[in-house]
Amino acid sequence: MKVLLFGITREITGQSRINIPEIAGINTVKALKDWLGQQYPALQSLSSMAVAVDSEYAQDEDALTPEQEIALIPPVSGG
Amino acid sequence: MLIKLVEHIDLNEAYAYLQSPEAGAVNLFVGTVRNHSKGKDVVRLDFEAYDAMAIRQMEHIAHEAFSKWPLVKLAIVHAVGAKDPGIPVVVIGVSSAHRDASFEACRFLIDELKKTVPIWKKEFYEDNSVWVNAHP
Repeated sequence: MKVLLFGITREITGQSRINIPEIAGINTVKALKDWLGQQYPALQSLSSMAVAVDSEYAQDEDALTPEQEIALIPPVSGG
Repeated sequence: MLIKLVEHIDLNEAYAYLQSPEAGAVNLFVGTVRNHSKGKDVVRLDFEAYDAMAIRQMEHIAHEAFSKWPLVKLAIVHAVGAKDPGIPVVVIGVSSAHRDASFEACRFLIDELKKTVPIWKKEFYEDNSVWVNAHP
């Protein structure tokens, strides 16, 4: 499963894309957030952290599959 | 709808797009780079977007605005990359038969853009830099 990273999450992880091994067993948005928070504790200090699936905001209980385009969305600040 | 991400904002392009014989009002909101933030001097801003999703989310708020107000045309253009103080970085434009709808829709669109569109701003000061909104 690949996760795209932007802004501060890219700086925290030092990567613009994380490949998560299948063995991690991640199959929901919540599981992904928990796994990332454990790997990179600094992510837990963000004021919010959303996950997008195929360019739409996803909910914690939503299922994830490796074929989707998954992205981590730190607090937005456009405009 | 004129919805896009660009290196440089062209206000004339947005205005030209919004003009219509049906419209008695054209309202443009232009967001620009401010040279100070929370008491510090800002020397530059960097904008980064998740392009595909940003366009998709801008389309969502545009459709919502069309459903709420009787609009003729609508434009949302956001800049990406490094921008100096005074430079326009976002233009929200709406045309409608009467002015109330244009004012209200523009306000709605910029407020929603700041909440939901995946674009990130990094402020550079003389001595350091920070991603805006990242921490409580």
